Amino acid sequence: MSSVFTKSTARNIFYGGSLFFFLVFLGLTMDTLEKLPERDHRENITPEVVLGKKVWEDNNCIGCHTLLGEGAYFAPELGNVYKRFGGSKEAIIAFIKSRPAEGIPGRRSMPQFNLTDEELEGMAEFLKWSSEINTSNWPPNIQG
Amino acid sequence: MKYQSQSVAKLYFIAAIALFVAQILFGLIMGLQYVMGDFLFPEIPFNVARMVHTNTLIVWLLFGFMGSAYYLIPEEAETELYSPKLAVILFWVFLGAAGATVAAYLLVNYSTLAHITGNDLLPTMGREFLEQPTITKIGIVVVALGFLFNVGMTVLKGRKTTINLVLMLGLTLLAVFFLFSFYNPENLVLDKMFWWWVVHLWVEGVWELILGALLAFVLIKVTGVDREIIEKWLYVIIAMALITGILGTGHHFYFIGTPEYWQTIGSIFSAMEPIPFFMMTLFAFNMVNRRRRDHPNKAAVLWALGTGVMAFLGAGVWGFLHTLAPVNFYTHGTQITAAHGHMAFYGAYVMIVITMISYTMPLMRGRAAANSPAAQVMEMWSFWLMTVSMVFITLFLTAAGIVQVWLQRYSDAPQSFMVVQEQLEIFYWMREGAGVIFLIGLIVYIMSFFVKGEEASA
Repeated sequence: MSSVFTKSTARNIFYGGSLFFFLVFLGLTMDTLEKLPERDHRENITPEVVLGKKVWEDNNCIGCHTLLGEGAYFAPELGNVYKRFGGSKEAIIAFIKSRPAEGIPGRRSMPQFNLTDEELEGMAEFLKWSSEINTSNWPPNIQG
Repeated sequence: MKYQSQSVAKLYFIAAIALFVAQILFGLIMGLQYVMGDFLFPEIPFNVARMVHTNTLIVWLLFGFMGSAYYLIPEEAETELYSPKLAVILFWVFLGAAGATVAAYLLVNYSTLAHITGNDLLPTMGREFLEQPTITKIGIVVVALGFLFNVGMTVLKGRKTTINLVLMLGLTLLAVFFLFSFYNPENLVLDKMFWWWVVHLWVEGVWELILGALLAFVLIKVTGVDREIIEKWLYVIIAMALITGILGTGHHFYFIGTPEYWQTIGSIFSAMEPIPFFMMTLFAFNMVNRRRRDHPNKAAVLWALGTGVMAFLGAGVWGFLHTLAPVNFYTHGTQITAAHGHMAFYGAYVMIVITMISYTMPLMRGRAAANSPAAQVMEMWSFWLMTVSMVFITLFLTAAGIVQVWLQRYSDAPQSFMVVQEQLEIFYWMREGAGVIFLIGLIVYIMSFFVKGEEASA
């Protein structure tokens, strides 16, 4: 680097550039926050959905599954599981309830979480609501 | 070592290496669970092993950063650390919190842990990488504040070099962005969006300031190149890191409910994120080529050069591989992400912490400049074992990811997740094998600390 380009020039680019792009990022974040309601359908976040998200977190579901593509890659994507299960909350609830406590020999198995009926209903509602978020057509197909 | 108080770093580095071992052991457990699904089930389910694997990684890197700062900042400021005693107290607080949290993950059911630690009052748990109980998170904040106060006071009373200022800025912003881990809205989309303010703005943002400052420090020490030149490079690198990295956050906002313009912004800016990493490679090699002295610590030079190369490959190249929105549409949340995550964390952050340990440990253990040649040879063996096995872990996961994308996402007759996973077994077995080599490399690394002999001289 030539002597014309000094350390203080580099420093100014760092502070100026970082600040500028952080402000742009803040501006875009504000714009996103304004546009989100029509994409996340927050009007449908019922107390059941809220409970479901809490159950999701309290049982660390993200430690095996992905949700909208984020999480662990050990178990299926659940952002669209409501649709994959044919739009049936009952199927989701039945699946979670029927996991064997001791697992399945030789295979990956979901733990038995012993959820209450209320928690199961919340979880199913949460997954249903999640499947209705506008994710720009992701995932590419129903398999997630 | 110029100042007695710098030696407090040793504690931090020892804890870092101990947690590193735990991280790798749990990595191997998870790797085995990928192919033997019932391994350790239900005692240690996959999600628990993963929490231990990722959380110990983050915590040992934080130990490494703090240890590095406790060593570097007094030396740069040319004064003793403000309070070595506070540094020792905070060390035990942090180690206690980390140990208790890992023990709780392993011994207590996660939902019970959430309940007894008050997650009902302030829910912050159960989100990837932020699984720690809320009280642990508060503990992290307390330790971070005490730490920043301690090193900040040291900088204030001493010489204010560019390296110290950049390191302080990086560490302060690390603490600031961690505060977003306490924001957990009921709306999943908002939750995800601001979760990235911790995760992305850490690893693809302000951590790069820390990485750059530490690399610059070691390069000044081992090459003797003029500080002005090195500091200019540092500013250019971190400028590029934040100019590309801040809006690069957009590459996480493609498919989580956020507006579609992020696909354009995220693609453009994250496609430029490899630039600062490539500059780091050039930086490391240029400075070593222009060296004014041959430092006897050859191992530290090797780690520094390795950081430049592996950070570029892991964070830069493997990041670019799946960062463009049309590509990410197919690869999002597959083994491709896992492949990138492994080499990026190893190449950028693991290796810079080991570079610091490699340079400072001999000095803190009373050597004039470096370990004995025999110890260095063993350390360099560990470098190649760990680095090459990480390359293979990444390649096997990439292969698994490509097949996964093909069968599950791209094909005309997409197959279900578990059906595809069974067809990836061969890659997972090979990944596990590479993981065992990595563990051997880590054991060799630890053994290198116990090799005796005459000190190396230039």
